[in-house]
Amino acid sequence: MMRSIALGTAAVAALTGTAYAQETIDVTLGVLNDRSGTYADLSGEGSVIAARMAVEDFNAEEKGLNVEILSADHQNKPDVGSNIARQWYEQEGVDAILDVPTSSVALAVADISNQMGGVLLNSGAGSTELTQGQCAPTTIHWTYDTAALAKGTGQAITEAGADKWYFLTADYAFGHSLEENTMNVVEEAGGEVVGSVRHPFPATDFSSFLLQAQASGADVIGLANAGGDTVNAIKQASEFGITQSGQSLAALLMFISDVHALSPETAQGLQLTEAFYWDQNDETREWSSRFEERHNAKPTMVHAGVYSAAMHYLRAVEAVGSTNNEEVVAHMKANSFDDPLFGEGYVRADGRVIHDMYLFEVKAPADSEGEWDLYEQKAVIAGEEAFLPMIDECDFSSEG
Amino acid sequence: MAMADNTSDLAPISQSVGMPMLHKVIFVALLAVLTVLPFLVYPVFAMKVMCFALFAAAFNLLLGFGGLLSFGHAAYFGGASYVAAHAAKVWGFTPELAVLTGTAAAAVLGLLIGALAIRRQGIYFAMVTLAFAQMVYFFALQAEFTGGEDGIQSVPRGDLFGLISLQDNIALYFFVLAVTFGGILFLYRIVHSPFGQVLKAIRENEPRAVSLGYQVNRYKLLVFVLSATFAGLAGATKSQVFQLASLTDVHWSMSGEVVLMTLLGGMGTIFGPLVGAAVIVTMQNYLATLGAWVTIIQGVIFVLGVLLFREGIVGVLARWLKRPL
Amino acid sequence: MFELLGIPPQVLMGQLLLGLINGSFYAVLSLGLAVIFGLLNIINFSHGAQYMLGGFVAWMLLTYFGIGYWWALILAPLVVGATGLVLERLALSKLYHLDHLYGLLLTFGVALIIQGLFRNYYGISGQPYQIPEILSGGQNLGFMFLPNYRAWVVVASVIVCFGTWFMIEKTRLGAYLRAATENPVLVGAFGINVPRMIMLTYAFGVGLAGFAGVLAAPIYSVNPNMGADLIIVVFAVVVIGGMGSIMGAILTGYGLGVIEGLTRVFYPEGSAVVIFVIMAIVLMIKPEGLFGRGA
Repeated sequence: MMRSIALGTAAVAALTGTAYAQETIDVTLGVLNDRSGTYADLSGEGSVIAARMAVEDFNAEEKGLNVEILSADHQNKPDVGSNIARQWYEQEGVDAILDVPTSSVALAVADISNQMGGVLLNSGAGSTELTQGQCAPTTIHWTYDTAALAKGTGQAITEAGADKWYFLTADYAFGHSLEENTMNVVEEAGGEVVGSVRHPFPATDFSSFLLQAQASGADVIGLANAGGDTVNAIKQASEFGITQSGQSLAALLMFISDVHALSPETAQGLQLTEAFYWDQNDETREWSSRFEERHNAKPTMVHAGVYSAAMHYLRAVEAVGSTNNEEVVAHMKANSFDDPLFGEGYVRADGRVIHDMYLFEVKAPADSEGEWDLYEQKAVIAGEEAFLPMIDECDFSSEG
Repeated sequence: MAMADNTSDLAPISQSVGMPMLHKVIFVALLAVLTVLPFLVYPVFAMKVMCFALFAAAFNLLLGFGGLLSFGHAAYFGGASYVAAHAAKVWGFTPELAVLTGTAAAAVLGLLIGALAIRRQGIYFAMVTLAFAQMVYFFALQAEFTGGEDGIQSVPRGDLFGLISLQDNIALYFFVLAVTFGGILFLYRIVHSPFGQVLKAIRENEPRAVSLGYQVNRYKLLVFVLSATFAGLAGATKSQVFQLASLTDVHWSMSGEVVLMTLLGGMGTIFGPLVGAAVIVTMQNYLATLGAWVTIIQGVIFVLGVLLFREGIVGVLARWLKRPL
Repeated sequence: MFELLGIPPQVLMGQLLLGLINGSFYAVLSLGLAVIFGLLNIINFSHGAQYMLGGFVAWMLLTYFGIGYWWALILAPLVVGATGLVLERLALSKLYHLDHLYGLLLTFGVALIIQGLFRNYYGISGQPYQIPEILSGGQNLGFMFLPNYRAWVVVASVIVCFGTWFMIEKTRLGAYLRAATENPVLVGAFGINVPRMIMLTYAFGVGLAGFAGVLAAPIYSVNPNMGADLIIVVFAVVVIGGMGSIMGAILTGYGLGVIEGLTRVFYPEGSAVVIFVIMAIVLMIKPEGLFGRGA
């Protein structure tokens, strides 16, 4: 069956001659993310849709790329994720894996991609390790990382005069690194960290920790946690009158899907850093409304990152004329991009994508003109400043 | 008629040490299939199935033959996988030594927890094992060497005995095959040894076993430690296959999963846990694209299994064949 | 000023109160589990899912029918209880003569199904549910700010818990129930429809879970996983209190809430595991549980 099709195309190619002079390149992209757990809303099916939109908008078919998209649920388990990644590379001929939220899974998949000649275009995970301690020549980290979030939120708030911080930290590696990153930024900006408390992960009730934070006399309570934990902490902070009594909250990792779940009533005044917001300019609005038609929700920055990463990857494949991972990555790093969603940016030699980040404040309900009209932009953090500098061990530019 | 069926089911398999012909045939056939399997399906997937088959078989030793429901077997499975991964990555042990170290750690853990747990019965026993497993989970989350929720990543595949490279999937496959198949055969021997017969007596009627002069607690402890050890062997091997150890393996839902595998295949049967593990792992693997539907399907299997097939797949087969399997 | 291990007394007072509030949820949930276990001998592992269902039903009533919190507090437990009736009739009733294990596994499966379905339809981020107008705001107690809603949670749970205890231990209906678990044949001979009574008991037990879910909806986010990890904690509470002991479940619920609250001050990282440590110790020393009447 397979063979006869192959012969068929060959025959057509022979007949049409010049039209097929440039042979088609088969590209297989795998979207590997959380489709049932904590991160399903911010990545999940939306990322698959974003990848598909990239293929369509790129006009892949006309350009001689035959792109297939696979998707799977890694359930936030590193062993499940690495198993799927291996199988994709070895059995399904996958060339690049996209998204991969959850740092533990992302690190495992990065390792496998490197071993098996694939490329990891990470959008969903936040660990700086991907381009620092555990960097790999074939890892490209697109959307955000904990350092950039810490920089955006930590610096802006401290410089605005709220300089006494207290941290409410999820007790696992991710929370610790978010806390540490932010502490550094706060202290650099002249602020002071008056204390921190580590809560079990996941937790439902934060009242006790919030009360400890309140007693500390800090100006700002930094929430170094994610997903449901952050949502619950914010909800309860408003219930216990913490925000009303003059302390403010800073969510160090939060997505628009979380803010939407909280509703502006509860989340108003909250400051957070993101790489993308649908209502930034005409291009983001146009893309986001097309996305919404298919997904019934506005895109998160993770979705947007999957789209841009796939675009840039496909451009490189077209230019190089193959899916050879070293050549494609080299091309991606050598050529900067100007993207409808992320603006101008480039892939640094260590795989860190450098683009602007934005500090947003959640609008008050009275100012919000629709279900998704949630943010007001407060500041732009230039990419060069937002992300950590490259470390020498991860400078892959000299190789190849 | 019904009575007769019943007794034939419960009759001791055989007092002689030899393996019944049917079992021999199945084991040989299984080995034959497993030998060609890596050339037919994806080898890493096949290895995962084998690791879980050994895990379920070890669990079944405790539940099916010892009559003790542990709700904390993830502690041994995951604990061993952490130790083995650490040994291979940080101490630079060869794969077989790493696996042995992990297994030994599980045995020690099993001895400590088992010594306390076997003093309780039924649901209380299950709860004690759950409580300790939660503590192991807490330890894995907090300790330095386990790497928190990132787990221990990039464990090298190493050279077997320092000689044979396991980089190649097929080479690794046969190493895993040897370990898990050997483990399962060993468990089979235990069940059909005089020790296994005493276990069965204790399970059926503990007071009678006591009155016959058996030191029931010693038997229980031994079977607990054996079960923990082999669960550890499975976990340690898995860490070498996937090159990582993570919190998934010590989480309580893993303890639940092994109960599911054993029950689905047929608890107290020889081949049931293997079938159960194969079905569940295959399902998780091939239904991964369906997202949340996997949990729903698993739930449906639980419900239908309990309502309609309490004996499990192999249990039902055994009833049809009127032979213990 | 007097300080205990570096913690000012006001803070400590606040934490004790918060512990009591959390204990209120444990008490209502473990009460439901204990009622079901005591009278049906079923370990209801879908309790967490039914708690979640309660929260979701409240949210749906509001979103689709515009029915507010107070009606939800009555209607949602009834709806959850009704699903319990169906479950008991179709499945659980077939398992009473079997080992505990099967009931546990079946309800575990049910929990997976319910949670999976809700995850598919509503995603994971959770749905907002506001605190009713009349209970918003709070009181300044001097040592802490107590939201009115939390105070209400304690009051509601105390009423429900002790009401249930009274009904089961002190009324004639309760006497029938208790008798029916001891000897269903004999009670049946007195002309009481034992299967129906057991069915209603199960519905009542899961209705309690639904009630806790509605109580929780305004303060925790209503999401499909809200009960997933809670179940083993609540189950541990029941075991510590003594399986099947109604008063044991209630008192242990409040007590462990307070202990967990204190752990959050002195060793916050350990607050997730402290209940299991206590469970292990209790099972070792007094296996029938603190309030149990012999294992």
